[in-house]
Amino acid sequence: MTTVDVTPETGGKKDSPINPRRRVYRPNTRYIPVLATLALLVIMYSSAVATYENFGQPSVIVNLFRDNAVLLVVTVGMTFVILTGGIDLSVGAVISLTTTLTATLLQGGWPPLVVLVLVLLLGSLIGAGQGAVIHFFKVEPFIATLAGLFLARGLALFINQASIPIRDETWKAISEYRIPLADGVVTKPVALVALAAVLIAAAVLAWTRFGRNVYAIGGNADSALLMGLPVGRTRIAVYTLSGFCAALGGVLFSINSTSGWALQGNGLELDAIAACVIGGVLLTGGSGYVFGALLGVLVTGLIQTIIIFQGDLNAAWTRIIVGVLLFAFIVLQRLVTRKVK
Amino acid sequence: MGEQSPVLEMTGIRKVFPGVVALDGVDFRLFPGEIHALMGENGAGKSTLIKVLTGVYAIDGGEVRLGGEVVHINGPLQAQQAGISTVYQEVNLCTNLSVAENIFIGREPRKFGRIQWGLMRKRAAELLARLDLNIDVSAPLNTYSLAIQQMVAIARAVDISARVLILDEPTSSLDASEVAQLFAVMRRLKDDGVAILFVSHFLDQIYEVSDRLTVLRNGQLIGEFKTEELPQVRLVEKMIGKELAALESLEDKARRTREKVAGAEPILEARGLGRSGAIAPFDLTIHAGEVVGLAGLLGSGRTELARLLFGADKPDTGELLIEGKATNLRDPQVAMKRGIAFSSENRRTEGIIGELSVRENIILALQASRGWTRPIPRRKQDELVEKYIKALQIRPADPERQVRNLSGGNQQKVLLARWLITEPRLLIIDEPTRGIDVGAKAEIQKLVAELSDGGMAVLFVSAELEEVLRLSHKIEVLRDRRLVEELENTSGVDADRIMQTIASGATS
Amino acid sequence: MTSILKNRLFWPAAILVALLVVNAFTSNQFVTVRDGHLFGSLIDILRGSAPLLLVALGMTLVIATGGIDLSVGSVMAISGAVACLLISDLGDQSSVGPVLLIILVAIGVSLLAGLWNGMLVAVIGIQPIIATLILMVAGRGIAQLITDGQIINVQSGPYATIATGFFLALPVAFLIAVAAIVLITLLTRRTALGLLLESVGGSPTASRLAGIRARRITLMVYVVSGGFAGLAGLIYSANIKSADSISAGNLIELDAILAVVIGGTALIGGRFSIAGTVLGAVLIQALTVTVVAIGVPSEATLLFKAVVVVALCLSQSPVFREKVFGRLKPKPAVRAEVPA
Repeated sequence: MTTVDVTPETGGKKDSPINPRRRVYRPNTRYIPVLATLALLVIMYSSAVATYENFGQPSVIVNLFRDNAVLLVVTVGMTFVILTGGIDLSVGAVISLTTTLTATLLQGGWPPLVVLVLVLLLGSLIGAGQGAVIHFFKVEPFIATLAGLFLARGLALFINQASIPIRDETWKAISEYRIPLADGVVTKPVALVALAAVLIAAAVLAWTRFGRNVYAIGGNADSALLMGLPVGRTRIAVYTLSGFCAALGGVLFSINSTSGWALQGNGLELDAIAACVIGGVLLTGGSGYVFGALLGVLVTGLIQTIIIFQGDLNAAWTRIIVGVLLFAFIVLQRLVTRKVK
Repeated sequence: MGEQSPVLEMTGIRKVFPGVVALDGVDFRLFPGEIHALMGENGAGKSTLIKVLTGVYAIDGGEVRLGGEVVHINGPLQAQQAGISTVYQEVNLCTNLSVAENIFIGREPRKFGRIQWGLMRKRAAELLARLDLNIDVSAPLNTYSLAIQQMVAIARAVDISARVLILDEPTSSLDASEVAQLFAVMRRLKDDGVAILFVSHFLDQIYEVSDRLTVLRNGQLIGEFKTEELPQVRLVEKMIGKELAALESLEDKARRTREKVAGAEPILEARGLGRSGAIAPFDLTIHAGEVVGLAGLLGSGRTELARLLFGADKPDTGELLIEGKATNLRDPQVAMKRGIAFSSENRRTEGIIGELSVRENIILALQASRGWTRPIPRRKQDELVEKYIKALQIRPADPERQVRNLSGGNQQKVLLARWLITEPRLLIIDEPTRGIDVGAKAEIQKLVAELSDGGMAVLFVSAELEEVLRLSHKIEVLRDRRLVEELENTSGVDADRIMQTIASGATS
Repeated sequence: MTSILKNRLFWPAAILVALLVVNAFTSNQFVTVRDGHLFGSLIDILRGSAPLLLVALGMTLVIATGGIDLSVGSVMAISGAVACLLISDLGDQSSVGPVLLIILVAIGVSLLAGLWNGMLVAVIGIQPIIATLILMVAGRGIAQLITDGQIINVQSGPYATIATGFFLALPVAFLIAVAAIVLITLLTRRTALGLLLESVGGSPTASRLAGIRARRITLMVYVVSGGFAGLAGLIYSANIKSADSISAGNLIELDAILAVVIGGTALIGGRFSIAGTVLGAVLIQALTVTVVAIGVPSEATLLFKAVVVVALCLSQSPVFREKVFGRLKPKPAVRAEVPA
């Protein structure tokens, strides 16, 4: 009987069988987009350090997390959704609903903890509803979450159209609290929450059945169903998670600004999707890492920081550069996937 | 082995679809430790039987016994739990995940809810090693060939439940060495006592690997045989059937017109044209006024050959001459401009555009060749459409009806009309009579004869030998993705002669 | 009677009529004549719906091919920015010739933007939703760059005319939209373009085998969509007499998609209805105007839109139909055709 030794094919050609156990010194195609983003980040950072005075200070990096905490949390949720091959347009609107509701309830004297739990539940509920519509009625995610966007933002505007200040002591205390990291380097709790979200999400994706099911569904939902995976449950859970993350992002937003405003988070869904793509999360699903999405957020954040350091540059460059990067990474993704198939 | 009790026993299975009896009292047995081939042509009921077995369809009659007990299979998952696993041609795995994950997903070894990757990889490697497959299980599945992917699917299936394994056309896209690997795995499993149901269009493979076979035709059981006791010719005969008596008169008619064709110009000439994985290089000449029939079993390369002549797929070897000039058919429109028309066998997905009207479907190809800036005037459209609705007797005769609401036969006529109004010199029709009623079938056959009498060349692809014999001047016989013989349709040629070739390759 | 009720456009049309009736009663002026021009809330609706109508028309063609164009809002911002920048540089902002030329330049830029989208979709083969996302993100940045982050105000009479002017007693913006509707109708129904579009959207594979070269057609619809979005951007900026890169066309892609869907064109492509889209766009505008007229905060229209989207989607979802209405009928067989 013949024994078969096979090494992974690359570029469609079959190499002569070599010892399959030997690690080839070539990055796995799965990591190429993430590595490209990492390289980009390193290059951007080091050239910025070389160009601008004080850019090398640790506070620059620490502040990157602080300033992008909301986006980071939302992007984490979005990563799960995109990994299943879906999309969630409602996250920005859920943020506005959360901030408005939080501010309104706090103004009405509700206990902060109750408010926190309530808004997080509401966000999850909106997400779950979207997931249910997508799964049970086979409505396209784009449309279902578009309805969610309208609904959430409409509700927010219905509650209050003006900016509502938050005077709650707990909120203010958290907002003003500083965590010393090193000499002269401090950060805010929101940054730690965001970082924790990234770590938890990465662990869930890598080490739990739920996480692996997310990848399986994004790879091939029909196969996943035939293999007996809980496709419906996972899909609904993913949108619920995204709703939860958006609501959490809203809470962080309200802490950062100590106010609630229905127009907050407008267009944030786009930034989150862009960060995912730049971070190498395949929009067709099934491939990508939370770590990559983190890098994507950091890249966009770094662009902003550089533009601020430059001083005389129009802030519009952020969007344009993000657009160019999007283009580059989408083409890169296409090349990588084509090579594999 | 014969004295053992079967692990799977299906008796009197009946499955009815609206208007069609797909399975009519079919019996099927599967013993442990055997490789059992399920044979049959299009519409024989093979896939229906498999879908019954995997729980995709509920049966209308009969019973399924698994290990002696009556079971009701309600879905792929229950089938799997009951011990019936299926591996399809297009592998139903998640190719973005690693090999190890594909084997264990949904059943990963865990500790405190955390997946134990190391243990999982180790187990996967062990499992594959038992199938003599030593590969890096941490690499994503899509970095491996289709053959390996299938073996991983088999490993998963066997690890979950090892009683009955259904392999549905696993070899269709594999090359020779990969097929050998797969067969090695199949034999290994057979030795372990797994009952394997094997479906393949390749007769050689059936004879190489199977112990026993069951033949279906038109939803009925033709018989169960030991492979070694059934010669290939007899098998083909049983699969295709032999109701040929009624054909004689028509055959003679076709043969009479032969002399007229002899002096005609060649319209199309293929020299060594081929596409790897689809059809081996072949030579073929088609003359004006000639009907060329393509005969062969399902999966023999009939459709693949036809698609190359229309530019629907690109050849990777050989050259194609149209009216003596070498032509590169970059896309279907080039072929159309050179006077070639092609009606696909997949009427619903590659033919009609369901939500458009009969009129729009009919004028589509002509309009496409004129470009969007030169619309066919509405009056001209109505004229053309009315003419063909009448000529082909399309029912209902309402040009504005959505084509998806027509019956299969009438949809086929709409497609023929689409191509006839482009006035092609060569009409390629792939399985035009499949799945349509007898009346429409006869009409289409008559039409083909008339067109050829009028000087049009026709390449006629059909699984039914009667049809091919009745209409063709020349018959090209295909087997295992290869054109093996060209037969002039003279008095010496009959269905037996063709079956001989299909069964055994070229005879001279 | 039942055939009227069954018509896909019956309900949208009924809602539109209802909205107009509400409007007629609540607003102090529905239609009046003043200085030889028509005024009133009806005219407001027609005038205000022009940008959305234009964008939705282009979107209809894109959706008919099975695609989507998310970048229309950004293209609106770009075209407005280009026009206002050039006009503000003019010595005499009220001379008609140069302003007309500038308008053409702005539309030319928008066509280029559409060409970019079309290339990504038709030539490189990127999913439409992803391909147009790029310009959606970058486009607004480009517009901001053109205006240097400022809001450029212009005092050009001829330019303002395209939004606020009147011609033959009717608002010019509305007439432009009507012209666009006529143009698109002629383009799709007087040529074979409509048929080929529906064919490509209905089944790309079958279309290819019928000899249709989808690439050119796909490219064209994105160019058209870009051009119309540009025109819409001009009307928007002429209306406010300035270029506002941030809010010009903000979220209009969603409204346009909604208008198309209300109009009975399915998002998966295929059959499209220009009349339906027009109805959808006017309906959305009428809703916005009416909501304001009856004293509800204008943003609450979003809630109503959400309801409309959900209702439409569910009514189009075969699963939902079967679950809700299927129980009334005998259960259909698993599959109506015989498997191979």
